[in-house]
Amino acid sequence: MPAEPQIRTNDFVIKFANVNGSGSASANMLFAKAILRMGVPVSPRNIFPSNIQGLPTWYEVRVSEAGYLGRRGGVDLMVAMNPQTWDKDLAEIEPGGYLFYDSTRPLPASKFRDDIHVVGMPLTEICNREYSDARLRQLFKNIIYVGALAALIDIDLRELEKLIGEQYKGKEKLLEPNIKALHMGRDYAASYLPSIGLRVKRANAVGGKIFLEGNSAAALGCVYAGATVAAWYPITPSSSLAEAFSRHCRKYRHDANTGKARYAVIQAEDELASIGIVIGASWNGARAFTCTSGPGISLMQEFIGLAYFAEVPAVIFDVQRGGPSTGMPTRTQQSDVLACAYASHGDTKHVLLFPEDPKECFDFATQAFDLAERLQTPTFVMMDLDIGMNERLCEPLAWDDSRRYDRGKVMTAQDLEAGKEFGRYLDVDGDGIAYRTYPGTHATRGAYFTRGTTKDRFARYSEAGPDYVDNMQRLLRKFETAKDLLPKPILRPARQSTRLGVIYFGSTSPAMHEALDALERDGLQLDALRIRAFPFQDEVYDFIADHEQVFVVEQNRDAQLRMLLVNEGAVDPTRLVSVLHYDGTPITARFINGEIAQKVAVLKVTPLRKIAQ
Amino acid sequence: MTYLAKPKLQHPALERNALGFTRRDYEGAISTLCAGCGHDSISASLIQACFELGLPPHRIAKLSGIGCSSKTPTYFLGSSHGFNSVHGRMPSVLTGANLANRELIYLGVSGDGDSASIGLGQFAHSLRRGVNMVYIVENNGVYGLTKGQFSATADKGSKSKKGASNFDAPIDLVMLALQLGATFVARSFSGDKEQLTPLIKAAILHPGAAFIDVISPCVAFNNHEGSTKSYDYVREHNEAVNQLDVMLPRKPITAEYTPGELEEIVQHDGSVLPLRKLAADYDPSDRISAMSFVQQHDAKGEVVTGLLYVDPEPEDLHAHLNTVNTPFNSLAETELCPGAQALARFNAALR
Repeated sequence: MPAEPQIRTNDFVIKFANVNGSGSASANMLFAKAILRMGVPVSPRNIFPSNIQGLPTWYEVRVSEAGYLGRRGGVDLMVAMNPQTWDKDLAEIEPGGYLFYDSTRPLPASKFRDDIHVVGMPLTEICNREYSDARLRQLFKNIIYVGALAALIDIDLRELEKLIGEQYKGKEKLLEPNIKALHMGRDYAASYLPSIGLRVKRANAVGGKIFLEGNSAAALGCVYAGATVAAWYPITPSSSLAEAFSRHCRKYRHDANTGKARYAVIQAEDELASIGIVIGASWNGARAFTCTSGPGISLMQEFIGLAYFAEVPAVIFDVQRGGPSTGMPTRTQQSDVLACAYASHGDTKHVLLFPEDPKECFDFATQAFDLAERLQTPTFVMMDLDIGMNERLCEPLAWDDSRRYDRGKVMTAQDLEAGKEFGRYLDVDGDGIAYRTYPGTHATRGAYFTRGTTKDRFARYSEAGPDYVDNMQRLLRKFETAKDLLPKPILRPARQSTRLGVIYFGSTSPAMHEALDALERDGLQLDALRIRAFPFQDEVYDFIADHEQVFVVEQNRDAQLRMLLVNEGAVDPTRLVSVLHYDGTPITARFINGEIAQKVAVLKVTPLRKIAQ
Repeated sequence: MTYLAKPKLQHPALERNALGFTRRDYEGAISTLCAGCGHDSISASLIQACFELGLPPHRIAKLSGIGCSSKTPTYFLGSSHGFNSVHGRMPSVLTGANLANRELIYLGVSGDGDSASIGLGQFAHSLRRGVNMVYIVENNGVYGLTKGQFSATADKGSKSKKGASNFDAPIDLVMLALQLGATFVARSFSGDKEQLTPLIKAAILHPGAAFIDVISPCVAFNNHEGSTKSYDYVREHNEAVNQLDVMLPRKPITAEYTPGELEEIVQHDGSVLPLRKLAADYDPSDRISAMSFVQQHDAKGEVVTGLLYVDPEPEDLHAHLNTVNTPFNSLAETELCPGAQALARFNAALR
């Protein structure tokens, strides 16, 4: 029995099931962007295999006028273009949802579900009739289905035409056939296809927001922060960050007169060389970064310890993916938190930043260089595949032209000439941070030897215990200083006072916000704190102390942030209740709601609907 | 404590170079290596070379990895910044440093364990990238600091001090450097300062990736009968192909040359490398014949030394990347940050 058809306006999920390398990506993006241009927020996600051609790939678009950009879970309209995944794709459709498929070849009734609504369109037949070239048949099939879907869900065709026009600006030869294919799809749908209950209605919910990938935003942040050296080794999902940096630099960093480059990008032989180059460049006074993912972090361990102990700035972007080992290289996780917080051997701790979206990827990238140089230490920007490789709607990027780079404590030739005392590891200000000099600064003063072995306050080799302890204690003071410089956590208080709290970070944000709204509707009040940096500030521990139970929502198996919280502050571990999602898909509000509601029931801390009494 | 400062007392009659520095101004702390270590002779040659070239010491950066050889930068150029980095990873740190400031001179000091074993990859890639540097391997065929294990440059059949034989084929860093595209390749012997010092000077003047393999006997663990990296063995088997003098641009040094065939190599910056040829059949401007010459003599058990290959018109990494002449580390916001207006345009394109 078919379930009641889903009737939804500006609030549904459509998923495209395609074959990798079939040209579907640009057509699907066109579709998502057209909805955005109608003023309705969308959040698309690429779900792709570790493969270039031939394997299944999906593009899931969540349409949400309410502005919920997290993955919702479930599908209202499946565009099933890949026979390989037909059964699995069909199973994902919500009861009463819709299936759009290529009906050229008849399929037996057993291949369908009786609780969904089926829209068949003979796409292959139309393409074969229209085009003789096999490649064109494939490419235009994508545009034709976009045209048909536009008619089905009321997307303004003019928006699609405009977008195609922008895409093929200067390549008018390609413009015309694309528009024609689009109309072909639209006309067919208007004449032959049944109407469905999903609909896009023009709204005004996008405003000035922009639509971009976190990797591109982070790379642009590096340009704005004045990074001149980038060294990297290709690894999904971080490669596009390095490639975006090159692209942005080609646009912004060439001397107008000479054409010469004010940047250097080195595709190194491995991650060890990448971080080595970053450390060498930073030691010599340039701003430098590398970007990688979990396996690269593992490879960089020894060098990270050197940079920590020798106090050389380094900015490292970790676009996290599913681990351990090769793990799930094209899926998302937040599973490098501990690996980065305590990277390397011996006693080490590092500064971590947790951006929630592309806007913060940009902001934190620019801050990371200031922090790394101010604190003279490696600084990690902890992104993940979900925000790194997907286009996400976010606030426009902003820059204040009066902003100056904080290059930290660097003694100049004038300082040295004036006779200022220079001790490379001498804590003159009591903040644990010593002055450094760039090589080549002064003819007779300020030179020192940088090494990973122990030294005294004047950088002289020393294996004496007291010298070692003195230095290690100063490093701890420096880590304390870091807390005042890092972005503070952001509190979202519940409408009414509550003894329940929730801590979350990074790309979990949109799903968490949606979950909080839903939980509140169900009468469950939660104060929420978004952690944005490590080391944790007092605000984090105060928040925990102020609540009886605090849920810690993370996208990893071992509750790594919770471990870090327990490890780094005086906190009773039983107060921290984990909500863990780690199957490689982005966390959803549905998941968070379900987990929290269930755990609240078990904990019997605050009964559901208490507020409604 | 292995750091010992040298007393700063100087005799007023000490010879001074063009900058007014004495040789002592290029020295570092007192060496803590074993007495008679070949590495100390190399440090002495480095000091002599920098003194003779009249380089301001603080405009040199010395970088190293880990091992006996990598400790030596403490013992020369005390007014230069030094970086004793991670085992086998000096080349990447040097590459980054070079990118940050193209105006300094970069000395990379490494050993055979550091460059031929753990750091073989970085050795290779820094040379193929054409980083403008002097890369010196102080090659003794043995792990000194961990007490006498074979290194990857130890010859097949050579014997360790404890009597064990090495069965693994040796890595010849000179052959690798030639094959990888280094634009200056030389081999020398720590016991031959006459040959080594001018080679270091030439390598410093060379505006590209310069590699010098210096056989440097380990007096503690590899200077015995059966070793092919001992003082006696190298002296007996040394086959020098040329003797080098170095002339700076527009400042020719008049020198007495022993009669013999003289060949002049003029480098891009105008510096002249006059070579006194010792082997009539050796042409240092031909990479391929250099490789075959080295291999033929190697097969006969001879250690070929001298300037083995030089490309007088090398391109370095900065040229490949077309970078600005200003060092990156002195570029300011105005030159690096596109500003708010550009960002507004960037935003507008994403709606």
